[in-house]
Amino acid sequence: MPNVRAIATRRRTTELGLLVLVAIVVISAYALASLGRNASLPVDIVPFLGVILALLLAAHLAVRRWAGASDPLVLPLVAFLNGVGFVFIARLDEQLAGLQATWTGVGIAAFVVTLLVVRDVRVLQRFRYTFGLIGVLLLLMPLLPVFGRNINGARIWVAFGPVSFQPGEFAKIALAIFFAGYLVERREVLSVATFRVGPINTPDPRQFAPVLVAWAVSLLVVVFERDLGSALLFFLLFIIVLWVATGRVAYLVTGFALFGVGAVVSWSQFSHVQDRVSIWLNPWADPSGSGYQIIQAAYALAWGGTSGVGPGLGIVDRIPFDETDFIIAIIGEELGLLGTTAILVAFLLLAGSGLRIAKGAGATFGTLLAVGLTSLIAFQAFIIMAGVTRLLPLTGVTLPFVSYGGSSLVANYVLVALLLRISDQSIRRAPDPLAAL
Amino acid sequence: MRRQIALLGAAILICYVALFAKFNQLQVVQAGDLNDRPENTRSLQRDFNEPRGSILTADGKLAAFSDPRRATLRYQRVYPQGELLSAVTGYFSFALGSTGVERTYNDELAGRTTALKLRELTGLFSDTSSEGDVVLTVRLDVQATARDAMGTREGAVVALDPRTGGILALWSTPSYDPNVLSTNDTEEALRAKEFLDAVPQKPLLIRAYQENYFPGSTFKMVTATAGLESGTVTQVAPDYPVVTSYTPPLTNQAISNFDGTPCGGTLFVIIARSCNSSFAQMAVEQLGPDPMIAAAERFGFNDTPPIDLPDPARSVYPTDFGDVVERPPGRAPVHEDSPRLAQTAIGQNDVRATPLQMALVAAGIAADGQVPTPHVMSEIRARDGSVVDRYEPETWLRAMSPADAAILRNAMVGVVDDGTARNMAIPGVEVGAKTGTAQLGTTPPRSHGWMIAFGGPPGEPPTVAVAVIVENLSGASSDTGGSTAGPVARAVLASALGVS
Repeated sequence: MPNVRAIATRRRTTELGLLVLVAIVVISAYALASLGRNASLPVDIVPFLGVILALLLAAHLAVRRWAGASDPLVLPLVAFLNGVGFVFIARLDEQLAGLQATWTGVGIAAFVVTLLVVRDVRVLQRFRYTFGLIGVLLLLMPLLPVFGRNINGARIWVAFGPVSFQPGEFAKIALAIFFAGYLVERREVLSVATFRVGPINTPDPRQFAPVLVAWAVSLLVVVFERDLGSALLFFLLFIIVLWVATGRVAYLVTGFALFGVGAVVSWSQFSHVQDRVSIWLNPWADPSGSGYQIIQAAYALAWGGTSGVGPGLGIVDRIPFDETDFIIAIIGEELGLLGTTAILVAFLLLAGSGLRIAKGAGATFGTLLAVGLTSLIAFQAFIIMAGVTRLLPLTGVTLPFVSYGGSSLVANYVLVALLLRISDQSIRRAPDPLAAL
Repeated sequence: MRRQIALLGAAILICYVALFAKFNQLQVVQAGDLNDRPENTRSLQRDFNEPRGSILTADGKLAAFSDPRRATLRYQRVYPQGELLSAVTGYFSFALGSTGVERTYNDELAGRTTALKLRELTGLFSDTSSEGDVVLTVRLDVQATARDAMGTREGAVVALDPRTGGILALWSTPSYDPNVLSTNDTEEALRAKEFLDAVPQKPLLIRAYQENYFPGSTFKMVTATAGLESGTVTQVAPDYPVVTSYTPPLTNQAISNFDGTPCGGTLFVIIARSCNSSFAQMAVEQLGPDPMIAAAERFGFNDTPPIDLPDPARSVYPTDFGDVVERPPGRAPVHEDSPRLAQTAIGQNDVRATPLQMALVAAGIAADGQVPTPHVMSEIRARDGSVVDRYEPETWLRAMSPADAAILRNAMVGVVDDGTARNMAIPGVEVGAKTGTAQLGTTPPRSHGWMIAFGGPPGEPPTVAVAVIVENLSGASSDTGGSTAGPVARAVLASALGVS
């Protein structure tokens, strides 16, 4: 297999070079933010440099060892987003920065472990129902009486002693595995229209049952947990994977119609949904109350203008949740449109890499899983940035890799490790590896 | 599957392009507007950490300055005159944004205008800062007279120099103390604002230029202007019948004179005695809608006055009186809304005017028909006292010819000599005035008392024009306006002219 080795060497060299660039960017930004705030270099710049380089190197070596032929762009893009996010968290709250650094370490450890444990992505397909069950259980966990926690109006937390986490972040990966595994098996049946409803041919309704159940459960749960962003995300995941698997536009159309009905019904039934919509339509109706957060975000972005006021020089004590959901507003204030565009482009490139991985995997379980995982990242980032900028109603989800949050960070590192595993595997198993690039 | 994946990629791309467009909209296209929104305190936060110029009255008294603090915000705004000048200075509050001169001259006070920046550049090595002082046209003594004369009665006073438009006094009762809003303690400022917002008399609304009222009989000066300018009314003709009331065509509702007294005559007489019947008849039978609308708009009605203070209210005169309708032979055709036209001629029905607008009516008559652009800024000074910018007086509108203005000046002097405003006379000063009692249409009757006036040395162009409104009085008799608003207007005129 000389071809595979040559590809692997070239790809890992590219990755290493990009990672060095990312390290330079992140360390410079860290130093600049500190200069902007205190007119001095951060005291911990040397250990910071060491930790950054060590973490990046660890991830790189793990990929080199266990997924050598995988896509070279994914890890540098993730490192860039994670690094920029860290710089801004450190600039907002040094205590959170310490925690975020720890979570980054845990995340990269989880990344390495995933690469090490999941040597063949088809193993996951075998356990699809187990993952489906795990996904549903994880989603249900916050509703448990003792362990569930209601924080900031959403019941999406679980606490075991001192450790609390958001199981939904991990549930989305489990559900992506389940959807991919289930649909790759049934795609033949689902794409053949054998059942007639009046003039329309549709697939046998029984084929939908398990998927619909999973979807309904996840939707109901997020409605009860008041987590609208995740509801939207799970819905998109389900519809996209189903459509890619079957190629039938009918699913897309019915899906969005279902979504429209669901949206209208929940708008008419739940006051918290109505609140979100009215804030979206006119935040100025109550600028110091319900509209405060979204208006302050707009002010922050406007204050940043084209090139930003400079790292560490923004006025940042005003937006609630600026280190999690609203971090893009702080980046927009201090780095301007240039900074927000850089983040957008990074996510777009990451989505592109993910879809290229999906395409390279032929027409297999790996393809659907890669489509699902890529959609999760791309649309989660879109949903929160669209919410902050009032392109869509605001639904609280984290900006993947950038926002503060341990569960999100660790889950997304696992997600990326799975993508790299699919990428590596499809190159190694292709009859002509060059053609699979 | 490959096709679906490609389409999915395109869908994601479209989403991100939309997001990119939205970021452009917020960060570039709308950025200026968002930064300028009054409740956006970001530029304020910058402003509170830099020195800021003072505001001074025309007679050299300190109206506002920035006091250095050893706190997160390095300066706090202080108003030594308390509530006396808040209608003009406004407040500059970290929690609440800014109003008044603090808002309109923010760039000058913060030193961000080109002229001030250039000075800073040339003085690069002399450690000067660029903030500018705003010197007002408002005089503290005239302002204090207005406040004392109004007492606790709700209403407003506007006094200005008809030659330049420079405001000498701008007072609204009740007023408020800007210091409680400009405190750097955000909680305290928000509480104070909440309290002021809850007061039914709305002290934060500057009635003098942000609220409009029925102008009542003071509006007859506008009707008279329409008559003279159209050429159908002169000093000698028509001679209106002496009657107790006038009933316009197409209605049975008569317009009565005050207290049912018979009233009529030529122009000077009907102005001096404020005959409702005559002016209603003039508007309907001599003028019709178009000359009335034109005269009102030439004084500034239906337009936002170009004053250098935020959010001025418009004064309103109706612009639609329906179609012309034919009447039985021997009777001239009239507009459908002639009854309404008759009421607007005496400042009732849908006519609304701000006290500032009525002061501008007096000023236009006093200044040969030229309505000046009203303003409160006289000059901008750099820290070293040198003048950086001076307000160049300008004419806003031409209300009438100098000849017609001279006629109306004489008519208004006649109102003081032998008419409804005899209490306005000031020895050694030529004073012209017009009273007004705007009926609110309530039972028992209530009204706003008005007085518009001008004054100056005899034989010379008047140097002060004034408008006073005392709101919501009980009763509505001919002398309600003169007896309530009159003494206030007289005191302000005397103070501005420097006589007792």
